Amino acid sequence: MTAFVLKRLAVGLLTLLAASLVVFFVLEVLPGDPARIMLGMNASPEALHALRTEMGLDRPVALRYLDWLFGMARGDFGRSYTYSSPVLALVAERLAVSLPLALMALALSTAIAIPVGIYAAARHGRPSDTLAMGLAQVGVAIPNFWFAMLLVYVFAVGLRLLPAGGFSGWGVGLDGLWQGVKALLLPAVSLALPQAAILARVTRSAMLEVLGEDYIRTARAKGLPRRKVLWRHGLRNAMIPVLTILGLQFAFLLAGTIIIENVFYLPGLGRLVFQAISQRDLIVVEGVVMLLVAAIVLINLLVDICYAVVDPRLRSSR
Amino acid sequence: MSLLEIEKLSLSIGRTPILQDIDLAIEEGQVMGLVGESGSGKSMTALAVMKLLPHAARASGRIRFGGIDILSAPEAAMCRLRGDDIGMVFQEPMTALNPVKTIGEQVAEGIRWHTGANRADAEARARAMLERVGLPERQFPLSRYPHQLSGGQRQRVVIAIACALKPKLLIADEPTTALDVVLQAQILDLLRSLVEEDRMSLLLISHDLAVVAEMADRITVLRHGRVMEAGETAAALTQRRHPYTRQLAEASTHVPARAAALRESDGEALLQVEGVTRDYPLPRRSLLSRRQSIRAVDNVTFALQPGQTVALVGRSGCGKSTLARMILALDRPTGGTIRFQGMTLQDKGEEALRPVRRHMQVVFQDPYGSFDPRHRVERLVAEPLHLLDERPDRRRRRALVAEALEQVGLAAADMEKYPHEFSGGQRQRISIARAIITRPKLIVADEPVSALDVSIRAQILDLFADLNRRLGLAYLFITHDLTVARAVADHVMVMHEGRIVEAGPARAVLDQPRTQPARALVAAAPDLERALQRRLARASAG
Repeated sequence: MTAFVLKRLAVGLLTLLAASLVVFFVLEVLPGDPARIMLGMNASPEALHALRTEMGLDRPVALRYLDWLFGMARGDFGRSYTYSSPVLALVAERLAVSLPLALMALALSTAIAIPVGIYAAARHGRPSDTLAMGLAQVGVAIPNFWFAMLLVYVFAVGLRLLPAGGFSGWGVGLDGLWQGVKALLLPAVSLALPQAAILARVTRSAMLEVLGEDYIRTARAKGLPRRKVLWRHGLRNAMIPVLTILGLQFAFLLAGTIIIENVFYLPGLGRLVFQAISQRDLIVVEGVVMLLVAAIVLINLLVDICYAVVDPRLRSSR
Repeated sequence: MSLLEIEKLSLSIGRTPILQDIDLAIEEGQVMGLVGESGSGKSMTALAVMKLLPHAARASGRIRFGGIDILSAPEAAMCRLRGDDIGMVFQEPMTALNPVKTIGEQVAEGIRWHTGANRADAEARARAMLERVGLPERQFPLSRYPHQLSGGQRQRVVIAIACALKPKLLIADEPTTALDVVLQAQILDLLRSLVEEDRMSLLLISHDLAVVAEMADRITVLRHGRVMEAGETAAALTQRRHPYTRQLAEASTHVPARAAALRESDGEALLQVEGVTRDYPLPRRSLLSRRQSIRAVDNVTFALQPGQTVALVGRSGCGKSTLARMILALDRPTGGTIRFQGMTLQDKGEEALRPVRRHMQVVFQDPYGSFDPRHRVERLVAEPLHLLDERPDRRRRRALVAEALEQVGLAAADMEKYPHEFSGGQRQRISIARAIITRPKLIVADEPVSALDVSIRAQILDLFADLNRRLGLAYLFITHDLTVARAVADHVMVMHEGRIVEAGPARAVLDQPRTQPARALVAAAPDLERALQRRLARASAG
């Protein structure tokens, strides 16, 4: 197992390296000069030149790449052109919103989807199954920003239970924590809904497939009641596809939440990237992308470890 | 009163009747054989006793087990019965165990559920039970997972699960069909000894009359969901009063009429295999260790004359199929040479192999899995025609397909149909039509009748013999079934752990095997006549 993890970590590092090459050079060939954007269209050539020298943009590409790479290795992701603060600090600030938000959404969607999927599979073909899967269909179809606005209307404007948007930090103590959670609750729910709908469908079909297997019949022939068989023998075998989807969803939730961030005025990673791209703040874009690549490599590693935990057949073969 | 009494059991799924008026009774300590071809309703009868029928199934009639009316019993009562008073063993050991739970957990689970024993006690009992089925703790700790065991070992675990609580009735549904003959004999021995020691009754379901003749005191013959004949095994199978019983018995010992065995010609051999070896590398244990490999085929040499039928027999995993793949040039040997019509195969590219492929075709075991269900028969059978140097036009192609279909006993019009419109036996005929359409000289047939019922099997064997006579086809017949080898082959080769340990005229090898692996194979093969004689001898002695 340790060998397996070490091997995967090494592969992950190589992936990161390859990603850094692609990220750096793609952004390099894209049109748009950061110095010009910072100074505006009317900047004098001298000022432009001076700024470019200061930012190191006049140095050879390969050197700049290596600088950037070794900088990252030391934890120095460079300095944002527009915010004039270190990229790492910027990202850390945003991550304090995005990571808890993603985790909350993921926890919510898992907590809803897996029981619903199992329930629907257990009642395969009956009205409750049809109803659950109909709802899931609706959940997939509803755009999450629309659902978000609906939530705001009901819980913030109508019932006044939760804030309609904004995020004022995590504060101190339990009360501060609660304020933070309250601010992220509605966004998390609106992110979780479509994810839960997809996950429930995956869980159901995985369970249905497993419930048709011979070993389920063997377990029933032992005298175990249907429900026990479902939990003891069905669930764990159905986990592999569910874990795959969970990994993909987590990766998406970390960075793909810009619309919801906008609806709720949340200072998250998505908005940071969006602003950085529109302002040609390349160094920020590069930093965030590298961070996401690292996160995805890590998530995949976690998912692979989970596979091995769930299924003993996957332990020895790698 | 009988332990199990089935009276007028009828069962239907939707509007399709599956069982009609089944009567069957098993006394305590008795072994009942339930025989029939696929689709005759054997498994449904067993599942009805367990009350584990598919949702859509509707049953009527009466099943009484030890005073309990099963069809009307509530689910909770059935849960108490299953696994405790009635145990069940299934056909497919590879899939019957949960892959993510250890064998210890799986055996102990039923014990804990029924007796309320704590984990340690249940595990102790599981350990004892696994020991009894031949999986001692030292080699097979409870912490093993199913994928770490072979098929025969897994079937032992399934049997341990079923017998852990000494049930009064054990139901075994084709328990050895997926195993090779040697394993089959071992598992049947195990079942017999467990049944005798624990005074269990056994309902043994099988399509194989020989197996049932060896095991069962009484038999019930099913066909299309009805009981054809029921009675004492030896009497029913020797007197063969019922026409269907007679038909089954004759089909299972059928020997096709064949051309006289070929005199050893001194002409050029069609196929020559010389010193062929195939190694497969094993995964590296660590980065530093040398790469180990496993030898699947070890220094095999033989020759096959034009028009000759050679049977390659051996236990599963002995290297038969690997050898066949190399002969078909689907895999390359690690060492040695393979010559077909004088041309070496192992050093040729795909283009150079085309004429070889034209003259050498293959028929596989599974007539269900080897066709694309979305293609018409015309396209399926015409597939090998791309091997011809000149692509036939549409008219010519249809004529060739029609001819091939007629050769195998199907109608030319069948080319418009899809595979699902045919039965298993007919599909195997389509496979054969596909194999002969390029007028090959050699057909490699990998277990071509193993998936077929006995009566269909007899017809397909006749077809092979007939094509051999008419078209001068040579066969390499790969089979684990010695009855089949005896019926079709001039020459038999016995393979064991990658080597050919014995080869010679079919009769000589199968009647007087000289080497230990060949003797084990012959001794383990169920034989209807032998089993009946033993049974009769015992009856007259007792």
